[in-house]
Amino acid sequence: MIELTAKQAADAIRSGELDAAEYFEFYRQRAAKDPYNSYVWVADETPAEIDTSKPFAGVPIAIKDLFCTEGIPSQAGSKILEDYRPPYSATSVKKLTTEAGSTLLGKTNQDEFAMGSSTENSAYGPTLNPWDTTRVPGGSSGGSAAVVAGATAPWSIGTDTGGSIRQPAALTGIVGLKPTYGAISRYGMIAFASSLDQAGTFTRDVTDTAMLLSAMVGADPCDQTSLGLPEPVRLPTADSLKGIRLGVPEELSGEGIEEGVLKAFNETLELAKQLGATVETTHLPHAPHGLAAYYLIAPAECSSNLARYDGVRFGFRKQADTLLDMYNQTREAGFGAEVKRRIMLGTYALSSGYYDAYYGRAQKVRTLIAQDFKNAFGDFDFIVTPTAPGVAFELNSKTSDPLAMYLNDFCTVPMSLAGIPAISIPNGLSEGLPVGFQIAGPAFSENRILDAALALEKAIGFDGSKAYA
Amino acid sequence: MSTEYEPVIGLEIHVQLKTRTKMFCGCELSFGEEPNTRTCPVCLGLPGTLPVTNAQAVQYGIMMGLALGCEIAPRSIFHRKNYFYPDLSKGYQISQYDIPLCLGGQLGDVKIHRIHLEEDAAKLVHVGSSGRIHGSEASVVDYNRGGTPLAEIVTEPDIYSADQARDWLTLLRETLRQLGVSDVNMEEGSLRCDANVSIRPKGSKALGTKTELKNMNSFRFVAQGINAEIARQTALLESGEPVTQETLHFDPVSGRISSLRSKEEAHDYRYFPEPDLVPIVPTPEMMAAAEAAIPELPAEREARYESDFGLPKDTAHLFAYEPTWGTYFERVAVEGDRDAKAAGIWVTELRTRLGADADPHKSAVVPAQLAALAALAAAKKVTAAAARTVLDKMVETGDHPAEIAEAEGLTAMEDSGELSQIVAKVISENQDVVERIRGGNAKAMGALVGPIMRETKGRADGGEVNRLLREQLGV
Amino acid sequence: MLSSDQVLHVARLARLELTPEEVERFGGELSKVLDHIELIGQLDLEDVQPTSHVIDVENALRADVPRPSLPVEKALASAPDAADGGFRVPSPGAS
Ligand SMILES: [Mg+2]
Ligand SMILES: [Zn+2]
Repeated sequence: MIELTAKQAADAIRSGELDAAEYFEFYRQRAAKDPYNSYVWVADETPAEIDTSKPFAGVPIAIKDLFCTEGIPSQAGSKILEDYRPPYSATSVKKLTTEAGSTLLGKTNQDEFAMGSSTENSAYGPTLNPWDTTRVPGGSSGGSAAVVAGATAPWSIGTDTGGSIRQPAALTGIVGLKPTYGAISRYGMIAFASSLDQAGTFTRDVTDTAMLLSAMVGADPCDQTSLGLPEPVRLPTADSLKGIRLGVPEELSGEGIEEGVLKAFNETLELAKQLGATVETTHLPHAPHGLAAYYLIAPAECSSNLARYDGVRFGFRKQADTLLDMYNQTREAGFGAEVKRRIMLGTYALSSGYYDAYYGRAQKVRTLIAQDFKNAFGDFDFIVTPTAPGVAFELNSKTSDPLAMYLNDFCTVPMSLAGIPAISIPNGLSEGLPVGFQIAGPAFSENRILDAALALEKAIGFDGSKAYA
Repeated sequence: MSTEYEPVIGLEIHVQLKTRTKMFCGCELSFGEEPNTRTCPVCLGLPGTLPVTNAQAVQYGIMMGLALGCEIAPRSIFHRKNYFYPDLSKGYQISQYDIPLCLGGQLGDVKIHRIHLEEDAAKLVHVGSSGRIHGSEASVVDYNRGGTPLAEIVTEPDIYSADQARDWLTLLRETLRQLGVSDVNMEEGSLRCDANVSIRPKGSKALGTKTELKNMNSFRFVAQGINAEIARQTALLESGEPVTQETLHFDPVSGRISSLRSKEEAHDYRYFPEPDLVPIVPTPEMMAAAEAAIPELPAEREARYESDFGLPKDTAHLFAYEPTWGTYFERVAVEGDRDAKAAGIWVTELRTRLGADADPHKSAVVPAQLAALAALAAAKKVTAAAARTVLDKMVETGDHPAEIAEAEGLTAMEDSGELSQIVAKVISENQDVVERIRGGNAKAMGALVGPIMRETKGRADGGEVNRLLREQLGV
Repeated sequence: MLSSDQVLHVARLARLELTPEEVERFGGELSKVLDHIELIGQLDLEDVQPTSHVIDVENALRADVPRPSLPVEKALASAPDAADGGFRVPSPGAS
């Protein structure tokens, strides 16, 4: 059963070759014994009855803790939401379960409120990388990446604000897609940075990505910023890249990228040419400023989004005699160090007298970065880069240096700022650890990205089963 | 030699909009329900929830803008106003900041600066000692009101006395009531007023330092508060002390003004564009719908009553500002072949009987019958005095005026034969008065009119009585 | 470099009661991050419009139609201190 991709399992269940309950129970057992601390909650039983008429019947889904699931802990990796059980479920979760028929297997570990690139910033302990348990799986959706890499779930969903799906997918050797901003409803996704947050998928292969994505997209009346996609998500079929023009931005494919990562990247560019693509160097002149803009916009929005954690209506409270003490002590004790750091940074950036210099400027940089992409997409179908600058790093090696940690998002943040879709596919190994290849396209180009990704996936021939075999 | 000061006043009015649901969620608006029974994940600010703007609130905002002559912004956006307080479920209020829905405008003699949309805060109820923490006080939050749609109207500093402020607020309230966008009830908090007050030496063009008087809950208190603040600022300046910019509370019981927040708890609201909401860009359809939903407003109505119905100015004004009575009047006037002046008189009579607050449409007197009464009086079928008595009965029974007049014997005397006899009878019974009249005291004739009217139960026309008296007395 | 006064001011705005050790640490860390961020100060942004939304959507309004509210028990279910049908907090006025 473990060899089956989610699509293969779903097909087998619907044709009657595979028993839905048996399949779910197989993963439930594996999830319950997960050795990587990738789960913060696992279903304690397999449903007695599974409606096999629905497309994802019997296929378990693991969901990042950041998504609200009615009556089931939704803690966003934070102590301030310890054992918080929301009275409603996220729209995307409902689409996957109620509509598509999959069953919730577990909630996955993450950096607190999605702030981090290693899943070490979780109040529930760090998640380990199934390829090497002394290393991080990336973050913030590290739990959702580890469950797929470690085969304790056939697929999972996560969120990506500046790289939180693509970077952990790269570091654990799986496929991770961040769709166009607005393709999937954000309703019920616990907010980190509203103008950047986007739900996405973790799967073993590109075909599964298309299938999972197809069930999640759609405009939602509960989210004004949701648009869905202009056309249905197709299962990709391409096996060549004939006529495809790939642009390699110099700014994101040279300096600061580890040698092994770069080597794998260049090898794949050669493969792409063999598949019929043209590959040319291009420029995203403002991309190097992406990190700075991102680390103003995201903290600013988070400082406001996290104001609701005040000990009044839900979650953790530190009891105190005065309201001010209650607020101050609740938030001091309820939030972890990185969250406090970003709240401080964002509060400072928005505070009186600094808005124009920081937040205002960052939004203008965002305009320039989006423009850079627009210009590039005039000449190229896709922009390709390494997903992360390095391989999975050792636990605790970067926790004391925020800036070093932030540099992990160097190649993924520009796409987030521009709101465009990007996928990371496994791109072989460096030092025995997975690296990722990122393909970014214009807004709403998901179908084309998936086709290109499939063609490359076949050519690369990565075997991820080493992580769980 | 002391300087004379002139106050300069600007008003900020929060208007609760009369939508069915809240500004950003589907909860129904609350009218005294049990605490926290009108809440949902969105208005409780639960993690993961998102606001979605109420189309009706936007329409009401546009209607207000159009009615007050504002320019409707082709594109307006919401901001977040960040501060911590338990009545704010998200830790920020969603409000419009530098790009509001409506800009400019004027109502009466006061210019409007802007109108913007926002959400109301929840209610905090003080409950005394919590019993849990030794000796400490507690409050309980009720989020029913949290998220109610508000339009905030900000005037220019265009008001120069407390009386002018009160009169203008009255005009604004009536305009908003007739627009149908709000209940505009100050006691219930659906209309709340803050006043920015400063003073300056008379003749000066510069503005002095202003203070903000918060949340006065009646027009009377607004006027009293402004006057008290003018006096306070005048006293300060006269004793050589500066006015400091601060937020103040006026206590109508003691008449005292106290500081609400000290300045060192500096407001730093960290405004930034609300990323969860998209811009409001009124489409031609939205504008047309708002325009169509605007009823006739007092000023227009008053003018129409004068020009089309020929009502005297004060009656036209009365019916324009009491539109229920105005509408009723129009129906009576139409039923009565547009003898509008008579209709006006008799509707005013009815209003005296029912009270200005009553709804005449719900009374026993249907417009057609009031028109019939006016016609009876105009045709002298009943006298004016008898018609008033008939109206009293109509209010009670709802019967047709002709039937009442008939049944009560109040019909005016058709021919002078019957009246002539009564006149002759009264003359013969009051020879002493006749003597005085013949002796040259014409005024004494009045002493005969009373008994004649009594005999005729008011059915006689006064002019006819006088004519017959003169004829029979030969004077 | 952020002074500890600045750090404390920001912490006050953010309602965080930082420990003295945190005040010191955040001062250093934030300064380092800000040094990097301030590189965008070198860009000429004179005629650039800010982007607050990457999507091109307008209005997306909701019809004024009521939806069921939560039962009060459900609304209060996660409250750390529910009392009298509401959310109890220390009085804002108490000191
Ligand atoms: Mg306001
Ligand atoms: Zn609600």
